[in-house]
Amino acid sequence: MRREVPLMITGIVGIAFVLQYFIPHWPFSQLNTWFSDWFSIISAFAIWLGALNLMKISFQKITRKKSDWGYSVVIVLSFIVIAVIGFYEGESFREPGTNFSWLYEFVYTPLSATMFAILAFFVASASYRAFRARNLEATLLLVAAFFVMIGRVPIGDNITSFLPENYQLSQVASWIMTFPQTAGQRAIMIGIALGLVSTSLRIILGIERSHLGGGD
Amino acid sequence: MSIRTKEILIAGIILIISVIVYLGKVYDWFGSAQFSPTLSVIVIVIIFLALLYILIRTIQGKLIDRRTVFVFVGFAVVLPFFMSITQNIRISPEVQQVYNAMSTLQPGSKVLISFDYDPPSAPELQPMAESFITYCLSHDISVIIIGLWPQGPQQANLALEIALENEAVKAKNPQYGINYVNLGFQTGNEFVIQRMGTDFRSMFQTDYSGRHYDDIPLVKNIKNFSNIDYSFNLSAGYPGTQEWVQVAVDRYGLWMGAGNTAVQAPMMYTYLNAGQLEGLLGGMNGAAEFEKVCGITGKGTKYMLSQSFAHVVVIAFILIGNVAFFIGGRKKKLDV
Repeated sequence: MRREVPLMITGIVGIAFVLQYFIPHWPFSQLNTWFSDWFSIISAFAIWLGALNLMKISFQKITRKKSDWGYSVVIVLSFIVIAVIGFYEGESFREPGTNFSWLYEFVYTPLSATMFAILAFFVASASYRAFRARNLEATLLLVAAFFVMIGRVPIGDNITSFLPENYQLSQVASWIMTFPQTAGQRAIMIGIALGLVSTSLRIILGIERSHLGGGD
Repeated sequence: MSIRTKEILIAGIILIISVIVYLGKVYDWFGSAQFSPTLSVIVIVIIFLALLYILIRTIQGKLIDRRTVFVFVGFAVVLPFFMSITQNIRISPEVQQVYNAMSTLQPGSKVLISFDYDPPSAPELQPMAESFITYCLSHDISVIIIGLWPQGPQQANLALEIALENEAVKAKNPQYGINYVNLGFQTGNEFVIQRMGTDFRSMFQTDYSGRHYDDIPLVKNIKNFSNIDYSFNLSAGYPGTQEWVQVAVDRYGLWMGAGNTAVQAPMMYTYLNAGQLEGLLGGMNGAAEFEKVCGITGKGTKYMLSQSFAHVVVIAFILIGNVAFFIGGRKKKLDV
């Protein structure tokens, strides 16, 4: 039953969602409403589950003094501080001027932005080390990247301002983005969509069971 | 010096810099700091000469350390903040399309903005949010804010704070609940969009601060997407523009434009070219272009010089890397 019930739920919900897309009338429209609401409720629980699981893993790391357990202390303390302040400030905890809002704006935002900003340095370093014109394909990619990178910023047009408007770098970048890039993206997206359809069908029909865990 | 001591030292330096930057923001120390045009040109020439020196050293077979690349990227991003150089920003067709769509909206129209991003993507998307809300409120267009990402509505509040400071917006004296509303975050990804298509109220029974849906004049008569005149999605990933197009646009016929991070924007050209998206702002450049077309001077325009410099520096290092590759022979790897 541990496998049959989830398989049955997956099959029924999957088929109902497929049918309601093509027949948006009762009873399928009602099924769509129910299942969507259930999904929202389950998602809300999943957030709690994720947070509590993070706490459990962090506590285990601290108590067992595993490697880098100091970072887990930071996680637990941050979680407690944010949660306590949030609950203490009541329903309007996110309003401007609250302590929670201050933490969000001056601690969480700069820290998150810093983590993301590091990417710029790594991209530059990786491009320097790995972006090589090794063969024809790599050279084409390199040339396209050059035109897009320089053409997507105003300095590109400033450099080529002596050329007719249609040949300036922003126009070249725009052409690359609109035609060859879009063609490539479409091919990838169609491929992904076909893969998704076949995988979804396998899951709905119970052929693919790896998401239930325990092999086969 | 041990690695642990180095780590503590670096953490201390970062802490001191953070405190200085925080105090600088609070007391506006850096707002007026500006290089003169001559000094700006001198700084650019120095950076150019330094890159030239690295190129010559590379040709001589002396390769640079990756930390040199980091330093150059750091300078390329930070120094332009203080430079007094203006760039000519050209409006791309996809940005013009967003503006044209906005121009057709009559006063009193309702625009739905979904904030589907978090602080890491804010440098690119926050300028778009600020200028978009500023445009709406200064043209008597009502704004309904939601978020499919938990941090989205908080980012919306920060954008609203900036927009409400704008003189043109102040003149209109917009009121919360009448001209704009923040309905907050709802979990459920594309299922939220799907339910909004049939019953808006079921997904947002209260606003961000707990006020009941039926007590908010701006939204109490909104039943589904047919009551929305235009929608704008600010997206940094999943759920985002792709899900909005697949559910709200394709299924319910929502008229929608989007603002995406530069990484995600290329994927959206397929929807743009197919007519499923009515305009696209891509990355900080898109934000700067939208600010220009709307006549608003915001962060996008201010930060574009940094982006231009960073792009030029990265391209320069790619060229230098390739010079090293061809000089050193295809088999030799760079020791960086």
